[in-house]
Amino acid sequence: MIADQLPALQIVIPMLAAPLCVLIRRSFVCWCIAVLANVLVLATSWAIFKQVQSEGVIRYALGGWAAPTGIEYYIDSMNAIMLLLVSFISCVVVVYAHETVRKSVQTGKHYLFYAAWMLCLTGLLGISITGDAFNVFVFLEISSLSMYMLIAFGSDRRALSASFRYLIMGSIGASFILIGIGFLYAATGALNMVDIASRIPDAQSQRAVLVAFSFLTIGLMIKSAVFPLHGWLANAYQHAPIAVTAFLAGTATKVSLYVLLRFFFSIFGTNYSFGGMLLNVVLLPAAVAGFVLMSLVAIFQSDLRRMLAYSSVAQIGYIIAAFCLASQAGLTAGIVHIINHGIIKTALFMSVGCIIYRVGHAHSDSLDNLFKKMPFTVCAFIFSGLGLIGVPLTAGFISKFSLISASMERGWWMIGVLVLLSSLFAIVYVGRVVEIMLFRKARTDNPQPTGLREAPLLMLVPMYVLLAVSVWVGISGSATLSVASDAAAALLGGYQ
Amino acid sequence: MKLYPRQRHRVLQIVTKLVIPFVLLFALYVQFHGDYGPGGGFQAGVIFASAFILHGLIFGLQRTRQVITPTALRILMAIGVLIYLGTGIVSMFLGGNLLDYGVLAHDPKHGQHWGIFAVELGVGVTVTAVMISLFYGFASRR
Repeated sequence: MIADQLPALQIVIPMLAAPLCVLIRRSFVCWCIAVLANVLVLATSWAIFKQVQSEGVIRYALGGWAAPTGIEYYIDSMNAIMLLLVSFISCVVVVYAHETVRKSVQTGKHYLFYAAWMLCLTGLLGISITGDAFNVFVFLEISSLSMYMLIAFGSDRRALSASFRYLIMGSIGASFILIGIGFLYAATGALNMVDIASRIPDAQSQRAVLVAFSFLTIGLMIKSAVFPLHGWLANAYQHAPIAVTAFLAGTATKVSLYVLLRFFFSIFGTNYSFGGMLLNVVLLPAAVAGFVLMSLVAIFQSDLRRMLAYSSVAQIGYIIAAFCLASQAGLTAGIVHIINHGIIKTALFMSVGCIIYRVGHAHSDSLDNLFKKMPFTVCAFIFSGLGLIGVPLTAGFISKFSLISASMERGWWMIGVLVLLSSLFAIVYVGRVVEIMLFRKARTDNPQPTGLREAPLLMLVPMYVLLAVSVWVGISGSATLSVASDAAAALLGGYQ
Repeated sequence: MKLYPRQRHRVLQIVTKLVIPFVLLFALYVQFHGDYGPGGGFQAGVIFASAFILHGLIFGLQRTRQVITPTALRILMAIGVLIYLGTGIVSMFLGGNLLDYGVLAHDPKHGQHWGIFAVELGVGVTVTAVMISLFYGFASRR
């Protein structure tokens, strides 16, 4: 019986944890509830992942109402990957969050923090699991609203304006998506994704479908922070509480990218999106400009979190460029990079979080010779930084290698060259920080706080767990590639 | 004898006192008649909350806060969600899918009826609490 109900449990568990946190209100108990719920969610998503691998697509009718009438959860290999990624990252970061929340969030508001976290997790998992276009919007709103709240918890006053800016941009994005879904509904008369996909070929000539497509493209580009529309991202990442930045960086934009994949490849279909609508003509220049320029911008940032935020925009550029290839190899590369970048960036933000926890801020000026004081944190930063650059034997190498080989396969060698160029920039911006932390002598005029020591164990352990996974992904290589290639095949093949 | 802090609004105060019970009653009607006619938890919740908001506007926030405290609202908000989810979980334990009300009673039709009833109650409780807290949030300067 439990095996049949797994898709529902995936959503019910975190959603149940949120009101429980609000009722109980004790900081430590709320954290325990959040961790417990998250572990259960992770177990559930692992079970679903295994089930999808062995038995294929899972369809779960909510309320017992079968698909075109009711809302259904539709899980193929792509959804299963996203569920596993989101719940894993959330699980690791929520353990890590305990110390940081105790330090930087007002004592009376801890329960709200964890409740918002659980709601955000519910929303992100919901987007990844549902097979209903309108339901995507509902869960998108749940996750976004709770994310704005989480960002506003930042200790800095600027967190409020960052959160508000994200709220404005995010709401514009969400309403564009809603308008797009509305037009799709008008044109096809369906909200179920499988149903819409089957009716699109007949409705293609309608202008409503064209309008829906344009609105969805812009809305999803805002939500996933594709290059010219990434304005909200840097401030939000810089001023949010450190655990929230790590969570946000690993999951929110990735889930939006998944929605983009789902709409363009499964619902509209590859031929319509990339053949008829020339989506790659719009997206590819944006993606390429994104990863080249944003890597360049990252070099000049003095705040570590801001630097990593710009690097995130660049990484999203890689992923979009990979999608634009619209081939099996390209999609595989994109999906692998979604997984790898999610893990690597979260680990990086966690290590920067440890620095902020002890030093108080993350300006590159005051990190001189930090390695002596916080060796484990700096090591984690270096290893995940190597992954970000894409050094062989790290997770980042696999995704960059597959991206470059996919673009060569398509004959777009220029993309490959530009990816290498932007990787050179990544060497510069990661290398600059590593140089400061390892070799620069501590200056007298800019002292670090006295008694600086290593971050607490409760922060180091989750960080190293994540790092271990990224190393495993990097060394085994084929594991994620084969999973991603399954997902790519499912997306390109369309709904059966 | 000083009954209210602002004596000059006597008429408004007395009319409000007369109106509030009917507003609450109408809210309950919309709530529990929602499965037959137009209505349901969202609308009923807003109407129910509007009675408290009216009370707040006429008698001042201080007195409304005594009638229903922010702590109570916080608890109600959470309980509404729990009622909703609880219904779904009960239907899962009875062998249906999440929120499959058909299994809640012997006859699927009755089950659907009860399920909607419970779920809408949850929605109504949460919407009421959220609306009143929004009012508190905007009306108070703290």
